[in-house]
Amino acid sequence: MLIDLGIAFGRVAFVMLFVLNVAALLGWVERKQSAIMQDRIGANRASIFGIRALGLFHPLADTLKMLTKEDFRPAGADRLLFDLAPAVSVFFALVAFASIPFGDTLQVAGRVVPLQAVTLNVGVLYVFAMLSLGVYGVMMAGWSSANNYALLGGQRAAALMISAEIAIGASIMGVVMIHGSLNLMDIVRGQGHLLWGWLPAWGIITQPLAFILFVTAGIAATKRIPFDTPEGESEIIGYFVEYSGMKFGMFLMTDMVETIVLAGLSTSLFLGGWQIPYLFAEGFKFPWGAGIALPPLLVTLLQVGAFVGKVAVVIFVLMLIRWTLPRFRYDQAMRLGWLGLFPLAIANIVVTGLVLAAWGNG
Amino acid sequence: MAHVAFFAIGAIAVASALGLILRPNAIHGALFLVVNLGSVAALYLMLGAEFLAAAQVIVYAGAIMVLFVFAIMVLIPGKEETGPDPRRGARLVAVPVGALLLLLLAFVIVGRWNAPRGAVVPSGSAAAVGRLLFTSYLFPFELTSVLLLAAMVGVLLLARRRA
Repeated sequence: MLIDLGIAFGRVAFVMLFVLNVAALLGWVERKQSAIMQDRIGANRASIFGIRALGLFHPLADTLKMLTKEDFRPAGADRLLFDLAPAVSVFFALVAFASIPFGDTLQVAGRVVPLQAVTLNVGVLYVFAMLSLGVYGVMMAGWSSANNYALLGGQRAAALMISAEIAIGASIMGVVMIHGSLNLMDIVRGQGHLLWGWLPAWGIITQPLAFILFVTAGIAATKRIPFDTPEGESEIIGYFVEYSGMKFGMFLMTDMVETIVLAGLSTSLFLGGWQIPYLFAEGFKFPWGAGIALPPLLVTLLQVGAFVGKVAVVIFVLMLIRWTLPRFRYDQAMRLGWLGLFPLAIANIVVTGLVLAAWGNG
Repeated sequence: MAHVAFFAIGAIAVASALGLILRPNAIHGALFLVVNLGSVAALYLMLGAEFLAAAQVIVYAGAIMVLFVFAIMVLIPGKEETGPDPRRGARLVAVPVGALLLLLLAFVIVGRWNAPRGAVVPSGSAAAVGRLLFTSYLFPFELTSVLLLAAMVGVLLLARRRA
């Protein structure tokens, strides 16, 4: 009983701490990466006893600053919704990671423990549902602030979210059809198969179009540049215009956490999750016959490391996109979602279905 | 344990439903409805209907209610409350009809209370739901899609006339 409880706690704690710590680190990564891309030095002033550590203390300094700032509430605001909005926003972003597997199974005290916080048969739909509920935080913030710019931001967020959500849902259907399961663990296991004996059946190889559509719609769903019309700091400032202190910080954190969830989901669906090509439970087995036997614990560690590494790479690419493209106009973003991504995703489903039927049940 | 969770979630569902009809503020009402839909999804989850729960959250709480809240935000953009009910007369009809529904529900619940519990619980997985939809319930399923298509054509027609 106690061991089971401990295992459950460990599974949740790993995911929670991973997401929270990476989210804090992302604030630094974002500033430094943009600085390098724009040939600047970037944040490097925060120091403890003269140690600057490449500006790594900036997230700490920012957090302290936000926690000690005045918590301002506009006079006409709806108090309850105004206070609730950042919490709702960050809550749904944080719980969304729960069903994403970060490794295969681990043997602990005679039990086989799947390495994900929660084992769900509808894991894909769960992540998707939590991401789509997050928009309520933004809409509540926009409406309750009693500020027309905030309201505009909230409305834009709602419209953007719906158009992106439908494209996301339609684009992951192809992957679900190939693996015949909505369980993320099954989908990642299925990507361990080798096509023609040498090519790993990762989603990006079997569903290249779906990958592009998913990442595009995913960036829109997380409201990041080039789809940051709900914020648009140069035109309307956005749904969080009236927020200050840590409540504002929670909206920033939501952005970071949603980026991590998006990276984790694209890794699991399209980049093989924790799979390393040619690495099986007993060790490496290469298509040309060679092999290296490895102890199970090392294999598990390698796989968890592979998952973390892939998530980091996807986040890096997402940040590259963020600092490269200019913002879409509101109507352009809408048109891209409804007339670009959605029809292509439907076409992808039809083609995948035809190929699977011709292949003979995949 | 399951009983405690059931009654706790049920209480949230009833409280949020009451909040929906009693709050004069439209946005508050809509958000209460979201809470209500979420707690009903939690009840589905407890019954093992995972797919139904996920679909409930994604379709109703995640998509339809976002549209509702969006529409309210556009039409009633301030904190103004909706004021006195413009159609008070409707309550004269609503009260007896609501009482009738309550009576009907009471009959169903009392009638089922001592009925033998179903030994075979149908699986609530996506595969089971999909198989049922495309075999036993194929005709109603296709009929629904025709209905949705008709609604979509209607929307297009209305939108074009306005423009």
